[in-house]
Amino acid sequence: MPSTINRSKTKTPMPAQDPKKRSKNFGEVALGYTQEDAINEARRCLNCKKPTCMQGCPVQVQIPQFIKHIAQQNFQKAINTIKQTNSLPAICGRVCPQEEQCEQKCILTKMGDPVAIGRLERFAADWEREQGIKTPEQTPSVGKKVAIIGSGPAGLTCAGDLAKIGYEVTVFEAFHDPGGVLIYGIPEFRLPKQIVKQEVDFIKQLGAKVKTNMVMGKILTIDDLFKKGYDAIFIGTGAGLPKFMNIPGENHLGVYSANEFLTRINLMKAYNFPETDTPVKVGKKVAVIGGGNVAMDSARCALRMGAEEVYIIYRRSEQEMPARKEEAEHAKEEGIIFNFLTNPTRIIGDENGWVKGIECIKMQLGEPDASGRRRPVPIEGSEYILDMDTVVIAIGTGPNPLLPKATSGLQLNKYGYIDTDENGKTSKEGVWAGGDIVTGSATVILAMGAGKKAAQSIHEYLQNK
Amino acid sequence: MFQILDKQDLAPSIKQFVIDAPLVAQKAQPGQFIILRIKEGGERIPLTIADYDAKQGTVTVVFQEVGKTTLELGTLKTGDYLADFVGPLGEGVKFKNHKKVLGIGGGLGVAPLYPKLKILHQQGAYVESIIGAKTADLLIMEQQIKAVSNKTHICTDDGTKGRHGFVTVVLKELLEQGEKYDEIIIIGPPILMKIAAEITKPYGIPTMVSLNPIMVDGTGMCGGCRVTVGGETKFACVDGPAFDGHKVDFDELMKRLQTYKTEETTALHKHKGGNCKCHQQ
Ligand SMILES: Cc1cc2nc3c(=O)[nH]c(=O)nc-3n(C[C@H](O)[C@H](O)[C@H](O)COP(=O)(O)OP(=O)(O)OC[C@H]3O[C@@H](n4cnc5c(N)ncnc54)[C@H](O)[C@@H]3O)c2cc1C
Ligand SMILES: Cc1cc2nc3c(=O)[nH]c(=O)nc-3n(C[C@H](O)[C@H](O)[C@H](O)COP(=O)(O)OP(=O)(O)OC[C@H]3O[C@@H](n4cnc5c(N)ncnc54)[C@H](O)[C@@H]3O)c2cc1C
Ligand code: SF4
Ligand code: SF4
Ligand code: FES
Repeated sequence: MPSTINRSKTKTPMPAQDPKKRSKNFGEVALGYTQEDAINEARRCLNCKKPTCMQGCPVQVQIPQFIKHIAQQNFQKAINTIKQTNSLPAICGRVCPQEEQCEQKCILTKMGDPVAIGRLERFAADWEREQGIKTPEQTPSVGKKVAIIGSGPAGLTCAGDLAKIGYEVTVFEAFHDPGGVLIYGIPEFRLPKQIVKQEVDFIKQLGAKVKTNMVMGKILTIDDLFKKGYDAIFIGTGAGLPKFMNIPGENHLGVYSANEFLTRINLMKAYNFPETDTPVKVGKKVAVIGGGNVAMDSARCALRMGAEEVYIIYRRSEQEMPARKEEAEHAKEEGIIFNFLTNPTRIIGDENGWVKGIECIKMQLGEPDASGRRRPVPIEGSEYILDMDTVVIAIGTGPNPLLPKATSGLQLNKYGYIDTDENGKTSKEGVWAGGDIVTGSATVILAMGAGKKAAQSIHEYLQNK
Repeated sequence: MFQILDKQDLAPSIKQFVIDAPLVAQKAQPGQFIILRIKEGGERIPLTIADYDAKQGTVTVVFQEVGKTTLELGTLKTGDYLADFVGPLGEGVKFKNHKKVLGIGGGLGVAPLYPKLKILHQQGAYVESIIGAKTADLLIMEQQIKAVSNKTHICTDDGTKGRHGFVTVVLKELLEQGEKYDEIIIIGPPILMKIAAEITKPYGIPTMVSLNPIMVDGTGMCGGCRVTVGGETKFACVDGPAFDGHKVDFDELMKRLQTYKTEETTALHKHKGGNCKCHQQ
């Protein structure tokens, strides 16, 4: 069928749950394109000879090709094309910050909206899942063993790529469920856990073993792994160390790090308490401090846990906010209140130690700082107090030192992240690293890209060994 | 899955499990703990490693039934399995050439005290211990403690065994008599550790306590277990759980332990059948 071009300047709208309804449930917010929507949107793509969009994708998905297949209703070919370079499309289509990556570089942005590349990617992946993914063939073993530490997107991607070649891969994960931030951080309403589970199952079907409850550095060290006969090791332990603000009152009852708040809700399923056993405390008024994806997720979780008023308190202005645009928009639609140019100075407790308020100071934007963003400076004497029952601190994370501390000969940078070359090779023989533990908190797709590169480099190393 | 190889009732509501966990057993050190989950949907609860045997590949835990999860745990039998058993977590404690130490265990605290005294005893230190409980029935691990101590004092709050009174009464007497120790180790409810550490402070004797804040991951990732020690925030699961008792802000710890009081009651009542309405307003 000839694919006529759709000259609409705007993206085909994404069907979504009604904001009023969805702010009370953990069901997925964005419902996904229908076949009709997808074909319609795919026909907006000009199939550029020099597709600029691809420059924006960290794993170089063959964007025009896969979109063309969708326009021609050849969904199987579309997903095959995507999977040549991206092994987790159902996840990336949902959580990639496309407005800074592929879609930002799409030629159509000169005239209007870019092609909705992420939504189309998600469509193709979801279509395949609905057909039932074929169990992959296991590659015969090449007789060498690789250990992967951490089961986030970096570790899973590295594991999958090496298993496909025929390495005997074992993934060691500290938590009881694999998936990293995809499981404990990003909430169900943005990324259904069933999808993550299927991706993990797929990697297991490729032949990789996944061992949970293994806090590496405690139960086994990297040197123990070498002694046990592993030929190479990949570290993908993420950036899981929560940052606090070091302001008075942070240890009051009802003050959470975003990590704890989200882990209780997502991994431990506190939204089903008391059917599940782990509780979380969410009062009527909740303040979330920070302006990234983690802050948006925390605020929207708080709302779904029954909070009446949820505030985002961010020290810069809306333009500097690092969260994905779509997520910030969804948060606004759901009724989250944004206090920009505001910084907390103190958390106030009652006589039993419970949070009862938060003192904030107004900020204004001064000169640009090292990151190029204008530095927020406090306006003297502008302090005011907001009544609060719960405070969630989402101002970023650092590298967890547990494994590096237990590993000799692993070079770290001054912030504690692992030093590697461009292929993920560390200073320790036979050890690679990638994802947030190398770059600091970044994105799912960058972590995957790092896992991929490392897998390639490990393969080269082991072939010559 | 981790199998329960042996179950013992140490006292009414205090139980001991020997768990098949060879990798944990190989790495365990005194002072470390594990986190377990009974089943899918269950809570992750920390328990101290009360003993371990690297050769047998076993880890012993002792727990008191205080709420939903520990009560449910108490219903498991020899041969049953736990879904998750993660460890060894926390920093192991290391003792320098101690010649004489005093170990104090209150209530369930006797269990985590034991592996520390055992290692000190093996290192050749003179070990003196004070163990106590509310009542004689609740006193646990007396034989084990005696086996690794040169001298053991026993106390009960109601006088049903040993000295009538708190373990702190004996501690005070010993110090007033001029006894000197290289270190005093106190493990028990936070209030006991607080009072005992206040008693040892004027004597300038190093005092170790082991803290039990609410935990989730046990790897330094959530910050839920934060405690204030010497004015600084520490994560008990990775920086501890043992700390200098003279520096810990026990009042804050005791407050933070109250965070989920209402939810704990809800869970308990649901577990017990939910007929009782006392926790509902
Ligand atoms: C709430 C939240 C929302 C986000 N939203 C987005 C988004 O919308 N889009 C996007 O692109 N990115 C988003 N990110 C960022 C993205 O999730 C991360 O950049 C990505 O997950 C990093 O992958 P990773 O594999 O390096 O590490 P992680 O996903 O952090 O996984 C690391 C894994 O290693 C395990 N581990 C750690 N230490 C040990 C040890 N010693 N032994 C064994 N296992 C260990 C951890 O338990 C974890 O499972 C978000 C992050 C958060 C927290
Ligand atoms: C490092 C450490 C070592 C411990 N060792 C032992 C031990 O050897 N034996 C033992 O019986 N108990 C030990 N505890 C305490 C034990 O974890 C709690 O009794 C248990 O979690 C209670 O769960 P529950 O559902 O039965 O009771 P709940 O009704 O949930 O709570 C009862 C009490 O336990 C505390 N508590 C609840 N959840 C947790 C949690 N996730 N982590 C820590 N405390 C919690 C609460 O503050 C409350 O006071 C230890 C705690 C820590 C942090
Ligand atoms: S992987 Fe991410 S950046 Fe690449 S095309 Fe897909 S959505 Fe865009
Ligand atoms: S730049 Fe835009 S229009 Fe051109 S191929 Fe890529 S997605 Fe299609
Ligand atoms: S239990 Fe999460 S940081 Fe200690």
